[in-house]
Amino acid sequence: MNKEPVAVVGIGQTKHVAARRDVSIAGLVREAAVRALEDAGLSWPDVDAVVIGKAPDFFEGVMMPELYLADALGAVGKPVLRVHTAGSVGGSTALVAANLVAARVHRTVLTLAFEKQSESNAMWGLSLPVPFQQPLLAGAGGFFAPHIRAYIRRSGAPETIGSLVAYKDRRNALKNPYAHLHEHDITLEKVQASPMLWDPVRYSETCPSSDGACAMVLTGRDGAARAPRPPAWVHGGAMRSEPTLFAGKDCVSPRAGRDCAAEVYRQAGITDPRREIDVVEMYVPFSWYEPMWLENLGFAAEGEGWKLTGAGVTALDGDLPVNPSGGVLSANPIGASGMIRFAEAALQVRGGAGAHQVDGARRALGHAYGGGSQFFSMWLVGAEPPAA
Amino acid sequence: MREVAVVAFAQSDHVRDSSEVSEAEMLMPVLHDVLEQTGLKARDIGFICSGSSDYLAGRAFSFTMALDGVGAWPPVAESHVETDGAWALYEAWVHLLTGDADTALVYAYGKSSPGALREVLTRQLDPYYLAPLWPDSVALAALQARALIDAGVTDERAMAAVAAGARAAADGNPHAHLRGEVPMGEYVVHPLRTGDCPPVDDGAAAVVLAAGDTARRLARRHSRRPAWIRGMDHRIEAHSLGVRDLTDSPSTRLAARNAGAFQRPVDTAELHAPFTSQQVLLRRALELEEDVTVNPSGGALAANPVMAAGLIRLGEAAARVQRGASDRALAHATSGPCLQQNLVAVLEGEEGE
Repeated sequence: MNKEPVAVVGIGQTKHVAARRDVSIAGLVREAAVRALEDAGLSWPDVDAVVIGKAPDFFEGVMMPELYLADALGAVGKPVLRVHTAGSVGGSTALVAANLVAARVHRTVLTLAFEKQSESNAMWGLSLPVPFQQPLLAGAGGFFAPHIRAYIRRSGAPETIGSLVAYKDRRNALKNPYAHLHEHDITLEKVQASPMLWDPVRYSETCPSSDGACAMVLTGRDGAARAPRPPAWVHGGAMRSEPTLFAGKDCVSPRAGRDCAAEVYRQAGITDPRREIDVVEMYVPFSWYEPMWLENLGFAAEGEGWKLTGAGVTALDGDLPVNPSGGVLSANPIGASGMIRFAEAALQVRGGAGAHQVDGARRALGHAYGGGSQFFSMWLVGAEPPAA
Repeated sequence: MREVAVVAFAQSDHVRDSSEVSEAEMLMPVLHDVLEQTGLKARDIGFICSGSSDYLAGRAFSFTMALDGVGAWPPVAESHVETDGAWALYEAWVHLLTGDADTALVYAYGKSSPGALREVLTRQLDPYYLAPLWPDSVALAALQARALIDAGVTDERAMAAVAAGARAAADGNPHAHLRGEVPMGEYVVHPLRTGDCPPVDDGAAAVVLAAGDTARRLARRHSRRPAWIRGMDHRIEAHSLGVRDLTDSPSTRLAARNAGAFQRPVDTAELHAPFTSQQVLLRRALELEEDVTVNPSGGALAANPVMAAGLIRLGEAAARVQRGASDRALAHATSGPCLQQNLVAVLEGEEGE
C-alpha cells in the first residue's frame, strides 16, 4: 500500500502548571494550537481537520468537550475527531491524525491533546467507585505500586533506582521551559527523604497534576517541503491494547507494550533499538517505570533495565537519553502527556529542543501508555524521510 | 482510494432499562453475533475501534470493561472515540484506507438507564456559559423545532406524521423499542410532544469492515454482497446556538457533498434524527426526494441507545445494501446539541462499481 509520508511541521505547548486560572479550557487549547501553527508557518484556513484527545471527561467535568471547543480550535465547518484511550490518548490521538494524512483523506491536520486538571481532582477522578474497583485503591499510584514491587522483586533492582530516575528527570526539566516542576534546589537526598506515598513510590517519584495542552501540525510530502523549519518524519506508529486484569497478565512487562514496540520497530526497520534509537520520550508517571519500560521496549533484557538507569545511560548526556524534557514526572496534564512525549521526540529530531536537545538526535521514540498498563501507543520519528 | 465495505452488522434489542446486565454483558452477544457472521475471531481482526461515553456509565475509563468483553488477547490494535460509534467507524475506515489492516471491528454501546439522560446531556454544553443553566436536550431540540415552525419549514401535524411513519416502519424491526400506533401525545417541551421525542434506551451495536477481496470473501459466507463505502465525511458547526441558523444544517450538507451523496440519487437514507423536527430538517439539507425510503428501521425515534444510535444508522443502511433492498444508501449520524456535528456515508452494492 502506497501511503503518504507523514511529517510533523509544527509543535506547540503551553507552560504546564498546577492551575491555569487565567484561561478557560478553550483558551488553554487555543494557546497550544496557535503556537503549533506559528511553528509550521500556517494559519487556521490551512488546517483541513482537527483530531483532539484527552483523558476522562470527568477530569474537567465536561462531557465531550470537543463539541464546545470547536470554535476555539478553528474547526467550524471542518471535521473534528475525538479520541479517548485513557493515559495513552495523547499518543493515540497523534496516530489517528497521522492516519488521516497517510491515507490522503486530508493534507494538513491539527492534532491536539489537553488536560485542565485544576478544574477537578484527578486523584479521585481516577479512584473508581465500588463495585468497579476494590475500595481504598486511591489514585493511579495505588494501582501501580504493587506492580513496581513485583518488578523490584523479580529483577533484584536496588531500591535507589527509583530516586535516580526522579532526580534525573527533575533536573532535565530545569532545561525545559514548558515543564511544570522547576525544582532548582533538588538533590538526590531530597528525593530519597520525601514522604512515602504508595510503598515503594515516594512523593518526589510521582508525577504532578498539571494543566496543559500540546498541539502538532501533521502534513504530507508537499506540506513538509513548504515548512519553514525542518520536519520530523514518522517512520512507524502503532497502538496495542490488552485486557485490564486476567490470569496470566504480566503487569511488570505487558505483552501489549512489547508487541506495540515490535510493530513500530518493524515499520521503521529498527532491529537493535538500543543502538539505532538516539533518544526516548517515555511515559514514566512513577519513577520506577523507566527501568520497567526500558525492558518492555526492548532497550534492555528482562531484569536488566535498572542497570542502564543506574549506570547513567539514560541521563541527558548518557548513551540513550530518556526523557530529556523532564518527562511525565515533571509535567503531567494527563490527556496531553502522551502527545507531549510524541512531540518532544519530534522536537529532538528536528533539532529544536533547545537546552534539553540531545546532540545529533536522528531517530527518537515517543511512548505512551494508559489504563491498567493495558493501552499503548508509540511512534518513531526521524530527521530523514522514510525510505520510499 | 482503497475499497472498504461493511460486511456484517449486529445490534442488541434496545430497551428502557437493562440494569440486570453490565455494559460488557450487554455488548458481548452483539460482538459474538457480528463476528459469527464473518467467521472471524477477535484475534483475526486488524483494527478495533469503539464509541461510548464515560458520562453515561458514571465512571472514568468505562470502555476498558467493554474491551475485556472483546477478549483482547493476544493484544489487539485498538482505539476508542468518546462519542457515537459512527465516528469509531470513521476512524476504522481511515485505518483501513492506509492499508495497515484489512479488517476492522467497530462497536458502540450506551446505557442511559442509570441516570437522567436529559440532565446528563446538559454536561456536554459550554461549561462556563451554558451548562450552568442546565438546558436539557429536549428543551434545546424544542428551540430548534420552534425555529423550524416559525420559518414555515414544518408544523406540528407534519412532525406527528414523521413520528407515525417511524413507529410504523419499526414494526418490521425486532430490535426497536417503540413500535406501532402512537398518538401525538402531550407536550414535553412545547412544541415537542411525546411522539416527537425519542425513547431513552440502553443498547449496543457492532459492525465489521473489510477491504477489497477480503470484503468479498467475508460477505459471500452469508450470500450477501459487501456494502461498499463510496465516501464518508463529517463536519462540525459552532457550539453556541446563538451563532447558528437552527433551521439549516450546513455541516450535514457539506459532509454529504464530500461523501459524494449528491453525485447520484440514493434510494434509502438512514437519518440519525432523535426528534421529528430534525428529520424534517435533515431531509431538506440532504435534498432527499419523496421516493427515497427514509429510516426503514424506524430510526432513533423508535430506538435511541445514545452513543450507538449513529452507528446503527450506518449498520441498518449497510444491511439493506447487503441483502439487496438498496443499491445506494445514505447513512447519517449526529452528535451534540441541535445537530451540531454530522457524519454522512454513502454505501453501495456491487452494481454501483
